[in-house]
Amino acid sequence: MIFSEALAADSLPIQGSEIAARWDHLYLFLFWLSVFFFVLVVGGMIYFAIKFRHQKKHQPTYITHNHLLELIWSVIPTIILMVIFVWGYSVYHAMITPPDDAYEVRVIGKQWFWQFQYDDGRMTVDKVFVPVNKPVKFIMSSEDVVHSFFVPNFRVKQDVVPGMYTSVWFEATVPGRHQIYCAEYCGTRHSLMLADLYVLEPEQWIAWKAGKKLTGISEAGGGNPPSSGGDLVDQGRKVTTVKGCVACHSDDGSPKVGPTYKGLFGAKVELTNGSTVIADENYIRESIENPQAKIVKGFGPVMPSFKGLINEEEMNAVIAYIKSVK
Amino acid sequence: MSSTHAQSGTGTNYLNCTKGMSSWLHTLDHKRIGIMYLFTVLSFFLLGGFFALLIRWHLFSPDHHLLSAGNYNKAFTYHGAIMVFLVIIPAIPAAMGNFVLPMMIGAKDVAFPRLNLFSYYIFVLGAIIALCSLFFGGADTGWTFYTPYSIHAGTTVIFVVLGAFVAGFSSILTGLNFIVTLHKLRAPGMTWSRLPLFCWALYATSIIQVLATPVLAITLLLLIFEQVFKIGIFDPKLGGDAVLFQHFFWFYSHPAVYIMILPSMGIISEVIPVFTRKPIFGYKAIAYSSFGIALIAFIVWGHHLFVSGQSEMANFVFSLLTMFVAVPTGIKVFSWVATMYKGSIRFNAPFLYALGFLELFTIGGMTGVFLATLAIDVHLTDTYFVIAHFHYVMVGGTLMGLMAGLHYWFPKMSGKMYCETSALISFVLIITGFNVTFFPQFILGAQGMPRRYWSYLPEFTLLNQISTVGSWFLGAGFLFSAYYFIQALRKGEQAPDNPWDSKSLEWWSPSPPPVENFLKDPVVTTWTYEYRSAKV
Repeated sequence: MIFSEALAADSLPIQGSEIAARWDHLYLFLFWLSVFFFVLVVGGMIYFAIKFRHQKKHQPTYITHNHLLELIWSVIPTIILMVIFVWGYSVYHAMITPPDDAYEVRVIGKQWFWQFQYDDGRMTVDKVFVPVNKPVKFIMSSEDVVHSFFVPNFRVKQDVVPGMYTSVWFEATVPGRHQIYCAEYCGTRHSLMLADLYVLEPEQWIAWKAGKKLTGISEAGGGNPPSSGGDLVDQGRKVTTVKGCVACHSDDGSPKVGPTYKGLFGAKVELTNGSTVIADENYIRESIENPQAKIVKGFGPVMPSFKGLINEEEMNAVIAYIKSVK
Repeated sequence: MSSTHAQSGTGTNYLNCTKGMSSWLHTLDHKRIGIMYLFTVLSFFLLGGFFALLIRWHLFSPDHHLLSAGNYNKAFTYHGAIMVFLVIIPAIPAAMGNFVLPMMIGAKDVAFPRLNLFSYYIFVLGAIIALCSLFFGGADTGWTFYTPYSIHAGTTVIFVVLGAFVAGFSSILTGLNFIVTLHKLRAPGMTWSRLPLFCWALYATSIIQVLATPVLAITLLLLIFEQVFKIGIFDPKLGGDAVLFQHFFWFYSHPAVYIMILPSMGIISEVIPVFTRKPIFGYKAIAYSSFGIALIAFIVWGHHLFVSGQSEMANFVFSLLTMFVAVPTGIKVFSWVATMYKGSIRFNAPFLYALGFLELFTIGGMTGVFLATLAIDVHLTDTYFVIAHFHYVMVGGTLMGLMAGLHYWFPKMSGKMYCETSALISFVLIITGFNVTFFPQFILGAQGMPRRYWSYLPEFTLLNQISTVGSWFLGAGFLFSAYYFIQALRKGEQAPDNPWDSKSLEWWSPSPPPVENFLKDPVVTTWTYEYRSAKV
């Protein structure tokens, strides 16, 4: 067991998140299982090769099959594989199911950098700040091609796909800097699409939220000051005014040409075709970019597409705003 | 089985019956077509290998920067595209299969010889189209052509995609040809339950070729349409769905993995009984497991998309189904090892490569279980762990099988014997070089080094250097085997008709065989694997 842990420490990144330890256990189980089967197969092979090498006056034995043996080596691996599957799924389920109170950061992948939008309206590029021991959820989108957000220390990875939102969550346990990679090939400078993830101690986190310079973290700074355009919700409200959304959508529950924002996010929406959908990030995004795809019951298919007229940052802000209108 | 064992090295055979380039280019003889495929594929292997060595040389240090980022990306794109579409997919079925399959079942040729030659030409045409792109700047999308990057990557990618599209038809038609051949042209007495396992493997492979390749063709065509006519299919900017391409692509490319590995498994099933002097252990289980693998192959493509944004439910199902691939695969591996039990084993080169196959493929297979496991895949996918895994399967599996088959059938094909000592040296170089190149990549991947990286962080330097040094040994091993094969062709010893004392039908014929394959029509009276005594 000690040897096993030493092996993990040597060949795996540090355990920087809650899930990392669970991941490492399963990984090491698979590792030792592989060693066992490797020794069984290759060891057996070498042993037979030596023991039954051609020798004078030695004749082979005529054997064609053995049903019991064949049954054993079909059934036992099947059972082991099912155990691995269930174990793998249960860790995976925890990996992709964030708690409701997770702190949200919007991530935009672009050739070839990472952009981070915070609830207070700040924006950082190629570095992101999160609190230690608190669940954090990154809501991610891409402005161009498929990227993949990868933090080896946290054992998490998620593709960042244009045209939709994906998300990743973690609870960081080790303060300090963690490496972010782009893991999906995205063009010429793919290997330079790196970023730093800073996990902050509680007092550092308070300082960062207050917009103060952080000591000890190079010239990390605090990103754009929040004063510029208000917080993310304010920015979103402004976008809905400037783009004319408010002409048809109210924020107080009153019906206009289109449905109201009030209480929309997370609600079950009934559509004209009789089906229902949950109004999540991807639903709202689709309704803005391709309004005819899902028409809400009681409304006409009259909204024009805003595809290409609203960028990723604005989209994030608008969704944050709609989310805030409870 | 009573073979004639006539020593007839001096008569007319398929090599000397007609002379001149044009007699080859117009040939309908499956053996000559097989040889033409073999030379074509091996030339591409040389080219793909050149790109591989270039990549490894570049990665010798994190900031070596032998290649510019753009050129590095092209190097891995061509390495992958050439090796997959022009080497590993056609190598065993089209080259070895064409030569051996009709002879193994006692036929004079494949069912449709003209179609067979046509398949060869469209393969060459596809290859030429694909490689033409090199002269127009070169494609840098990776062999997977993921959208929307590939849509904006310029027109050169169209050449590569069109080339793969055209070459795909060669694969479909060859598969069709083999299926009909196996059904219609078996010699009297060659019942299904006596059929050699290489033929079973090619049958299973052919089914995948015929059913899956059209999906690739459609996908690639859609990609070309989208680039040229700006129809929104895969590009979200045009209203398409980026991940849809990945589904389409892997719906072919995952079964394609079994197009690559099943024929190699077939060769291993032939070689092991001959050199252990024992019947293959679990003949039926091995034959059925090929079909089991072929069937499951069609319903596991989603395991390439665990982190693509695919739903949790889909991931659950694809992970579960993928686990079942390991069961028939395990059955085969255990059966091969069991065949060695109480045998009388000789270590000629084909058998050495079979042992190499077992070693590398076991590692490749076990690491496949890592990647099938949902949580584990999240961290490992798109890292060097995946690179190492599929090289262990593709090189460790397919190329080891190809090398086993090449040595095994070389005397039949050429009428000459290769030098065993040289083959041993080459084998040691290849197996050592391979492990030194690719084993460190498992650790690199587990540590988090992503794939397709032109530069990398300094902490990955040592393992990358070990890997690069390994690639030199690997390259040297393959070059040396090219050398002794050429030497054998030039001045090798005359091969006897059946140097391995094999029971399989193709060895009934003289080496090299006559145009009609057999001096008299074979009648099969026993099972292919009736080995009861040591070779004297």
